[in-house]
Amino acid sequence: MKIHEYQGKALLKALGVPVPLSHVAFSAAETERAAREIIDHTGNQVVVVKAQIHAGGRGKGRFKEHPDLGGVKVVRGADQAKAIAQQMLDSTLVTIQTGPEGKKVGRILVEQGMDIQRELYVAATLDRATGRTTLMASTEGGMEIEVVAEKSPEKILRESIDPATGLLPFQARKLVYGLGITGNVANKMASFLGKLAAAYDQLDCSLLEVNPLVITGSGDVLALDAKVNFDDNALYRHKDVEELRDPSEEDAAELEAKKFDLSYVNLDGTIGCMVNGAGLAMATMDIIKFFGKKPANFLDVGGGATVDRVTAAFKIITRDPKVSGILVNIFGGIMKCDVIAQGVITAVKEVGLKVPLVVRLEGTNVEQGKRMLEESGLPITTGTSLRDAAQKIVELTP
Amino acid sequence: MSVLVDKNTRLLVQGITGKTGAFHARQSLDYGTQVVAGVTPGRGGEKFESEVPIFDTVADAVRETGANASVIFVPPPYAADAIMEAVDAGVPLIVCITEGIPVADMVKAKRYLQGRTSRLIGPNCPGVITPKQCRIGIMPGYIHQPGRVGVVSRSGTLTYEAVHQLTTLGLGQTTAIGIGGDPVNGTNFVDCLTLFNDDPATEGIVMIGEIGGSAEEDGAAFIKAHVKKPVVGFIAGTTAPPGKRMGHAGAIISGGKGTAEAKLEAMREAGVSIAETPSDIGSTMKKALG
Repeated sequence: MKIHEYQGKALLKALGVPVPLSHVAFSAAETERAAREIIDHTGNQVVVVKAQIHAGGRGKGRFKEHPDLGGVKVVRGADQAKAIAQQMLDSTLVTIQTGPEGKKVGRILVEQGMDIQRELYVAATLDRATGRTTLMASTEGGMEIEVVAEKSPEKILRESIDPATGLLPFQARKLVYGLGITGNVANKMASFLGKLAAAYDQLDCSLLEVNPLVITGSGDVLALDAKVNFDDNALYRHKDVEELRDPSEEDAAELEAKKFDLSYVNLDGTIGCMVNGAGLAMATMDIIKFFGKKPANFLDVGGGATVDRVTAAFKIITRDPKVSGILVNIFGGIMKCDVIAQGVITAVKEVGLKVPLVVRLEGTNVEQGKRMLEESGLPITTGTSLRDAAQKIVELTP
Repeated sequence: MSVLVDKNTRLLVQGITGKTGAFHARQSLDYGTQVVAGVTPGRGGEKFESEVPIFDTVADAVRETGANASVIFVPPPYAADAIMEAVDAGVPLIVCITEGIPVADMVKAKRYLQGRTSRLIGPNCPGVITPKQCRIGIMPGYIHQPGRVGVVSRSGTLTYEAVHQLTTLGLGQTTAIGIGGDPVNGTNFVDCLTLFNDDPATEGIVMIGEIGGSAEEDGAAFIKAHVKKPVVGFIAGTTAPPGKRMGHAGAIISGGKGTAEAKLEAMREAGVSIAETPSDIGSTMKKALG
C-alpha cells in the first residue's frame, strides 16, 4: 500500500525523523493560510508548493492544463502559493511514473523553503537475496536511484540489517563516513539513519525512501521527500495506516475486488481472465498474448473460492468496458470444478453475457463441472487444455 | 528414489484442528502419508478424528511420536512463531503453507533458522509430494504418478498444470516441490536443483518461476555450472506490468528488476529448454528426455 508524501512525513515525524515544517491543504484558500502560518513561523518568505499524488518524478512532471508548471514549485509569499495551488488543484499531473494519462491533483503540501547545501539519497527496503532489510545511501540525492544503480553502482552504499539487533550504530557511521560527511553533521546524519531504520521496522514498510535527504546551511539533516510503502500482509496490525488509504489514487475495480478477497489487477487488453492461483493467472495472461491478443486483467480467485466469490469476480470482469471476451481457466485442486461452474452459471444468469466466454476446467469434479455448463444451455465454449482454451478465446474475441 | 520425503516420513500437522489443517490432514492420511501427530495449543490430549494424537507443543509431539516433518496451517499472524517453534524442536523438514505472513516476521524466522538443522519449505506454497508415498500440503494427490521427473515451482496451480501433463504423458514425478510465492522463503531453486541433481532416480527437472527477485537467475547459474540432466523451464508473468504485485507477494517487477525476459534469458543461456506456453511443459520434457 502507498500513501502520500505528507502522510509519510507525518508518520516519520512522530517517530523522531526530522522533516521540514509543512501543512497539507485541500483548496487554494487552505494553501494560502498554510503558507502564511509557515512564513510567520520561519520568517522566511520562501515556501514550496508540492502536488500530492502517488507517483514519483513530480518535480520534472508537467500539468496537462499548464504545460509550464511542474508538480513542485518554489514560491515567494502566501499570495503566490495560493495562485499556484489554484492551477495545480483539479489539474492533471503527468510524470514518468503516472503514464500518459497522468493523475488528478486533489491535495497540496505547503512546506517551508530550505537552505539546501547538499542532497543525498537514503532508503530502506527488503533485500530478497539475503532475506534481510538493507539500508542504502548514496551521494546522488535527487536522482532516480535505478539510474544510479545502473550507471554507477559503486555510488550506492549498503548495510544489511540483522533482525536480531536492528541497525547498529557502527553501521550507520560506516554509511555516513562513506558518504564523506564529517563533524557534527555526521552525528546528526547517523542519528537520522538509526531513526529511519527503526521507523521502517515499526511501520512494517516495504520501502522507505528519502530522496532527497538534505543537509542545510546550518547543518541540519532533514527528509525533504518521503516515499513510504507498506507490506500489505502486515496492515492488519496497523489500523491507523489503513486509514490513510486514498481511494481516489486506487483503481475502483481493484478496490471492489479486495472486498471479496480477490486478487485483481486492471490491465489494458480486451480479454478478461478468471483463474485460480497467481502463477497460473499470470501464465494465462501470457498465453493470450502468445496467441496474439492482450489480457484485460489479472484475476486470481484463490484456492478456497465459493460460489459468491466466483460470481463477484465474474461481475467485476463483465463490468469492465474494455472486455470483449472472457477466459475462465481453473485447475481445481482444492477448488472444485462444480463450484466454479455454479458460480459462472449464476453470474451469467444475473448479469447476462454479451461477449464470448471460453471455460477450461481441469481437476477435482471436472466431469460434473463440464456437465453443469453444458446443461445450463448458456452459450459457453469449453476448452480441453489451456492452449486450446486460449486459442479459442483469441479467435472468438472481436 | 525421491527427495525430501518418502514413505518413512513421519508427519506432524501444526494447526490440525483448524478448517484447512483438518481437511488436508485427512487428505494426507487418505493418500497414505504417515500423519503421526497434530499440534494445537490448548488441545493437547485430544485426538484428531480418533486416530492422530494432538499435543500442546511441537516439542511434545516430536518427543512422543518421533515426527520428522511438520506442515504448518496456522493463520498469518502466528505462522512465523509456528515455524520457529518447529525449528526449536529440531524438526528436520518444515513446510509452511500459510499465505499472507508479514515480511518482517519471515525475516525474523529466516534469521532464526540460521545455524540450525531444519529446512523450511515455503511459506505460501502448495507443499511437497513424493507420489504414492507422502503428501505434505494442499496439492490434489490424484494428479501425481511415480516417475522420472523432479518438479520445483514458485506457483501452486501452475505446478499442478505441469504435474498433470507429466502424468498424462507417462513421465511421472520423483518429487514435486512448491517453494512458494513470497519474497522471503526458506528453500530456493538452487537448493531444490541440488537435491534433484544428486537424486539418481530423477532423470529430468522442471523448473517453474515467475516475475520478481532473482532466484531464477541464481538457479540458472547453478544449472550452467553443475546440472547435466535435462531441465525444462517456464516463467510466468511476461505480460505483467512493472510495479504491480501480481497476487503473490513476491511477484512484482520493481526498479526494472525481476522481469520474465531477464529470467528466460538466464535460463536459455544455461541450456534450459523453455516451454513456450504452460501447456507445453510436459511435451518439452518428453522431447528433452528423448
